[in-house]
Amino acid sequence: MSSVEKKSIDLASQEMLQKAQEENIKTAWDRLESQEPQCGFGKLGVCCTVCDMGPCRVDPFGEGAQTGVCGAGADTIAARNLARKVAVGGSAHSDHGRDVAHTLSLASQVHTHGKSKTHTHDYEILDLEKLKSLALEFGVNIDQSKEQIAKELSKKLLEEFGKQEGELTFCKRAPKKRQEIWKKLGITPRGIDREVVELLHTTTMGMDNDYKNLVTSSMRGALSDGWGGSMIATEVQDIMLGSPVPIRGKVNLGVLKENYVNILVHGHEPVLSEMAVKAVQDPELIALAKKLGAEGINLAGICCTANEILMRNGIPVAGNFLQQELAIITGAVELMMVDVQCIMPALHEVTSCFHTKLVTTSPKARFPGVQHIEFETKNAYEIAKQIIKIGVENFANRNKSRVNIPKHEVDLVAGFTKEGVSKMLGGVYRPSYRPLNEAIIAGKIRGLAGVVGCNNPKQTHDHFHTTLVKELIKNDVLVLQTGCSAIACAKQGLLVPEAAKLYAGKGLLEICEAVGIPPVLHLGSCVDNSRILVAASQVIAEGGLGEDLSDIPAAGCAPEWMSEKAITIGFYFVASGVYTIFGSSPFATLGSPNLTNYLTKELEQVVGGRFEFCDDPLEMAQLMIAHIDKKRAALKLKAWG
Amino acid sequence: MSKIVATLAIQGAAKLYAQAFDSLNKAIKEKGENQKIGFPETAFYLPMANALLGAKVETLKDALPILEHAKSLIKEVPSEKVWLPYLGDALDAGMAALFCEEIIVALRYLYGIDPEKDCVGFCTDSILRQLGIQLVDGRMPGVALILGAAPDNKKAVEIVRQLQEKNILTFVGSSTNGRSIIDQLLEENVEMGWENYIVPYGRDTISSIYVLNFAIRSTLTFGGIKAGQAQKCLAYTRDRVLAFGLALGAVDEYKVATGAGAIAMGFPVIADTDIPEIKASGVTTYEALVKELDYKKIVWRALEVRGIKVKVSNIPVPVAYAAAFEGERVRKEQLHVEFGGKASTAFEFLSTGKADELEDGKIELIGSDIDQLPKGSKSLPLAIIVEVSGRKMQKDFEPILERQIHRFTNYAMGLMHVGQRDMSWVRISNDAFAKGFRLKHLGVIIHAMLHQEYSAIVDKVQVKLYTTQSDVDKLLVHAKKVYEERDERIGEMTDESVDTYYSCLLCQSFAPNHVCVVTPERLGLCGAYSWLDAKASFEITPTGPNQPILKGSTLDKRLGQWENVNEFVKQKSNKSVETVSMYSLMDSPQTSCGCFECILAIIPEANGVMIVNRDYSGLTPSGMSFTTLAGSVGGGVQTPGFLGVGKLYILSKKFIYAEGGLKRLVWMPKELKELLGDKLKKRCQEIGEPDLLDKIADETNATTSDELLSYLAKVGHPALAMDALM
Repeated sequence: MSSVEKKSIDLASQEMLQKAQEENIKTAWDRLESQEPQCGFGKLGVCCTVCDMGPCRVDPFGEGAQTGVCGAGADTIAARNLARKVAVGGSAHSDHGRDVAHTLSLASQVHTHGKSKTHTHDYEILDLEKLKSLALEFGVNIDQSKEQIAKELSKKLLEEFGKQEGELTFCKRAPKKRQEIWKKLGITPRGIDREVVELLHTTTMGMDNDYKNLVTSSMRGALSDGWGGSMIATEVQDIMLGSPVPIRGKVNLGVLKENYVNILVHGHEPVLSEMAVKAVQDPELIALAKKLGAEGINLAGICCTANEILMRNGIPVAGNFLQQELAIITGAVELMMVDVQCIMPALHEVTSCFHTKLVTTSPKARFPGVQHIEFETKNAYEIAKQIIKIGVENFANRNKSRVNIPKHEVDLVAGFTKEGVSKMLGGVYRPSYRPLNEAIIAGKIRGLAGVVGCNNPKQTHDHFHTTLVKELIKNDVLVLQTGCSAIACAKQGLLVPEAAKLYAGKGLLEICEAVGIPPVLHLGSCVDNSRILVAASQVIAEGGLGEDLSDIPAAGCAPEWMSEKAITIGFYFVASGVYTIFGSSPFATLGSPNLTNYLTKELEQVVGGRFEFCDDPLEMAQLMIAHIDKKRAALKLKAWG
Repeated sequence: MSKIVATLAIQGAAKLYAQAFDSLNKAIKEKGENQKIGFPETAFYLPMANALLGAKVETLKDALPILEHAKSLIKEVPSEKVWLPYLGDALDAGMAALFCEEIIVALRYLYGIDPEKDCVGFCTDSILRQLGIQLVDGRMPGVALILGAAPDNKKAVEIVRQLQEKNILTFVGSSTNGRSIIDQLLEENVEMGWENYIVPYGRDTISSIYVLNFAIRSTLTFGGIKAGQAQKCLAYTRDRVLAFGLALGAVDEYKVATGAGAIAMGFPVIADTDIPEIKASGVTTYEALVKELDYKKIVWRALEVRGIKVKVSNIPVPVAYAAAFEGERVRKEQLHVEFGGKASTAFEFLSTGKADELEDGKIELIGSDIDQLPKGSKSLPLAIIVEVSGRKMQKDFEPILERQIHRFTNYAMGLMHVGQRDMSWVRISNDAFAKGFRLKHLGVIIHAMLHQEYSAIVDKVQVKLYTTQSDVDKLLVHAKKVYEERDERIGEMTDESVDTYYSCLLCQSFAPNHVCVVTPERLGLCGAYSWLDAKASFEITPTGPNQPILKGSTLDKRLGQWENVNEFVKQKSNKSVETVSMYSLMDSPQTSCGCFECILAIIPEANGVMIVNRDYSGLTPSGMSFTTLAGSVGGGVQTPGFLGVGKLYILSKKFIYAEGGLKRLVWMPKELKELLGDKLKKRCQEIGEPDLLDKIADETNATTSDELLSYLAKVGHPALAMDALM
């Protein structure tokens, strides 16, 4: 096997990796190699840099120091490190949620210019139904103008961040029994910011050194993301940008077009990229592109921002996390605009090998030496247009001899949401989760699996995701996906309805054919994992599959994870009762057998869900299926098969 | 693959939309947009649009928004590759098809095209109410909607007979390749009509909407669901209306679109052709669309898919036996022999015998059998003497069990039974005789069915059949004496003379909040359950729908309120009814399920009340017909001023006692007057108003409020001088 085949199973990526090698362009894989062997203390989680008495580390072999200067042992150090990651991951999603809620508050402001009323910025309320249903959840009167509803609702949403007491409003969406478990454990999140701050506080020098208590705090912190910040982000994005409905799209580097100006958006917040979607249709820009010899402007996405504009507009996806550099290496990208999260600092160097312009837009994520055009919701369209114009003008600088667009481009269907599922199953008149529950009860669908998360060069790119998912659907497990994992499976053709016949088991095939769905459903970006939580709560509300999220024959996993956000997602899933497996490498907790044992075994008795670590896709599938079968048996459902 | 089904459904809906659009616009052009449209004898306008959209379509113009809505439900057909989810779209197309079909057939009524020859067309509200009780008490375990034609006449008859034997109400119609099952059955001389449980609706698929908009009305009449609550309506039809579709022969877009509509209503479809199945459940209780190519199995498969449980009576007689044959007639030309009527003396008599003297299952024929008829004669005298015993048997149950002889014998194919006691009239057809039916089989039926239905109170049943004139005459003298004693006993029974009333919750499967309280002087509103019936039913099934209510302390004698009755009703109505007056129309009246025989309604300007029976289809002085009035009564809600009652309640001393009783009655249809005849006259005399019957108006002298008032003034109706009703 050549080295590119070890790096990725994706043929388009292999081609670009080959080109990178030939042209001596360094990518994440190369940088990983130069890091090896990676720090053992770091891997085991026993290195502490919390205070300046350190850095300290615990000797994993029991020969050297067993505590840091302050006396913290491996259990405390590893748990504290983990808790800090949970806080950071949660802060990322939740800060995203805050920005979106803030945008909604602006959308509610109407200015009067002479006779005509205009919004102070370029956003609309596209899903009025959702605005109203959310308003009702937050106790906002819906018998008033949509602007007024938006104003009052956004105020309430923003208050969720600063709330000090009580509980987050969305917690009420969870099944009653789950809410009781949270209350009993004292982990019902009170306010989003409060939980993040408090969690960080517990990890500073001389604070919490009970690893179990640190895990408890971590769960509360993570819940404030899953049932708080992330959920707000998803819901408000749907309100302003429209709720996704099933939609066709294309994926992989082949979506870049040879004779077009190629613009890539990369990051996580769709507020800007939605404007880019509009701006690439601007006649002025198109005329300019044509004047410069291009046939038009082609917009594509990377990572979760791609998922967002795919779900709502069918904009093609150029690739997932590990393809951000490879997309540039095609030589066909005029401009990449980035917002927040998962943007490799290396992009500056890669883009400088080509004509590609990199533009940062968030004051929270700036790159030295890179052009920064700050995004403001007030002038969103004009800013998006300004950035794209730079890209269009840059077409003239493209070196055609260095353009290599891999011919790989695959169809997919995306746009599944918790609301859409019921309509998809029953139409306008019979919307319901009943058919889904019935299919699970009857054993046609053995269970549900959430397969989410990132890419990680430590794993052969996309291999774990796709091997695992194929094994799950072969065994009649319906797979729900978000983020880069969804993009990985889409590239392997698993997100088209035709995939059911090729890969799904008999029972799952029957349901896919009855409904017309792929065996693998794309639910959106990584903040949209909140959609999975609510969908699962609706499965419980529909009846017949237990009283709590932990009763559902379901399991979750993040096979190729790398981000702190993934850890937080894992924590809020486990704290919601879901058995959750992490692939690639385990959390950095192995230096503390107590903590590892607590996370992977004892936690199930406490909260109904637990962690598992597994580095083989087929084995992971079997673990998930075994768990699903265990839950089926507990519900006294018909054995599968 | 069900993608094909979704494609056909969407295409079918689009065609139906185009047809409805053209027809409606043509009608508007020809007759003007204010032209009235609608169906006969319904309070629900175009029922599908009314139930699901809350729309009250009265004119051509009103149908336009319905059509617009239907259009919005028709999406693109699934693409060949990378298709988007289509199940929801297919169900939406199905609903669109139903809305369009309803408009198309309403226009056919406007142009006098429907109902077509041999077909019922639109099914009226009153038929629905009549059938209600049979659907809830299990006599009709389900409803079949057949579309198309069987491969040959024999198979058509075979399928229909199988359904009939299981007492499934079977609607037949539509066509396959220009051939309709209706004609197949006509050619084979299969007797059709409501009483035979085989109802032809029309020869094209579009007319199957008559069946579906019949089904949807049950949600409004029995379910207490408000018009416009679409999701509730459709959940109700799925859970409580046990209907299914049977598609015979090749299916086209129209059938598939209509089938998708049926599925959206929760009715699965079973086809006899190799169609792609939709085995997902949830929209329907079990599978949504299945195929069964074997005609011997198709009916069973349908019942299984709809989850219909059929009690099969295996009565060892040489003819088919099922409730569906109850309404079948034996006409002169088919007659082998008859008893009673004008032909001979005949009667039936059931009494309690001594357990140790009875031999269960013993059937004796004393006299000649029907294969020994005198030459040229087609009749014999007949006495059917049934003796029963059982630990729980009571004298009061004798007339109840005796009355069942009518039903039991009628269930046999080729037998007709009319009347009861010494008014009975029995006919046996040539076919039945040829199949080997003899008189002893009457005994076999009575024995088997009494055991089947009344095993809780009956241990032994013995039957003697007499066919010589002298025997029959002699036995009749005794029987008549007992009949009179029974009448007196029932006449004497009052609400005060008993300490226990009975509930009837039978209709809760349809109307979940409705509770009937049955007292000796107020029978159930359906007319089918008297206090004695309810008592017997409780003995038979102690956990069944008829529960004893120890009435407890009297709260109000005039209104008819008792402590325990209130408590019981509150509990069983899911706390929706707190107080119920058994004797009042105005103050906390009893709720209604929808099966009522009659409606009592206040006429304020006459200071009185009117009563109208289900069979009367004309207008009443209230300005409304029975069906319109019924719309405001059913569904388990209290509506002061309106009350559903059984016919015989009019004769009760407790008839709206709180409002002054029978003297309040100012209007009733003539046929109801005639039906109650002498008994009503007698009641009038009892209350000291011997002329009252003539003073009560009917449709021959008043159908409007003004006519009524002038008639009442003319005859000096006592209601005018009574205390104000309101």
